Amino acid sequence: MKVNVLAFGIAKDIFGGSSVEVELPEQGTTQNLKQSLEERYPRLKHLVSYMVAVNNEYASDESLLTERDEVAIIPPVSGG
Amino acid sequence: MNNQIKISDQPLNIQSCIDWVMTPQSGGINIFIGTVRNATKGKIVMRLEFEAYEAMALKEMHKIAEKAFSKWPVQKLLIHHRIGVLKVGEVPVIIGVSCAHRDAAFEACRYIIDTLKETVPIWKKEIFEDGEVWVAAHP
Repeated sequence: MKVNVLAFGIAKDIFGGSSVEVELPEQGTTQNLKQSLEERYPRLKHLVSYMVAVNNEYASDESLLTERDEVAIIPPVSGG
Repeated sequence: MNNQIKISDQPLNIQSCIDWVMTPQSGGINIFIGTVRNATKGKIVMRLEFEAYEAMALKEMHKIAEKAFSKWPVQKLLIHHRIGVLKVGEVPVIIGVSCAHRDAAFEACRYIIDTLKETVPIWKKEIFEDGEVWVAAHP
């Protein structure tokens, strides 16, 4: 399946755009997505940390993804 | 409505935030105003650029508000965050809390700004004379 991944902050710089498409196996998880992205964009591993949000909620590594989900990479936040 | 939460690309209005949060039942209001500082670690900051994942940021801000209402006897609560380009001295965030007594107002206000900085998906980039950096991204 193809998952569209939104990027914000420094993730946008790392991906070179505000979204990327990632091919994942059916029943793919957030963890699978992170691995795939880190292979394609090794700079992700240099961040202090980053989270994945699914449908506007922070997701755990075991969360299952579907093509219909709104998925986003959340680098360390720095509002305020 | 006893809470007012918004993200805006327009300048925030401090006085209208104070006016909105104050109620006849309030014995005190606590306002936190974040401002853009002119330097970081000795380097001169030219401006800041804020970006939000707006739908999720609003959701997280509402969660913080709910938590504050459940932990303290808060009467009204306001969180305004600005996005876009801000110059030194401008205001990226205003938190306002009204309570019958000051202790709760101080504690709730501090909780809100501290939690916002940890959980709300908003990012700032510092622009220096000789480069730029996304705050908190790297060790």
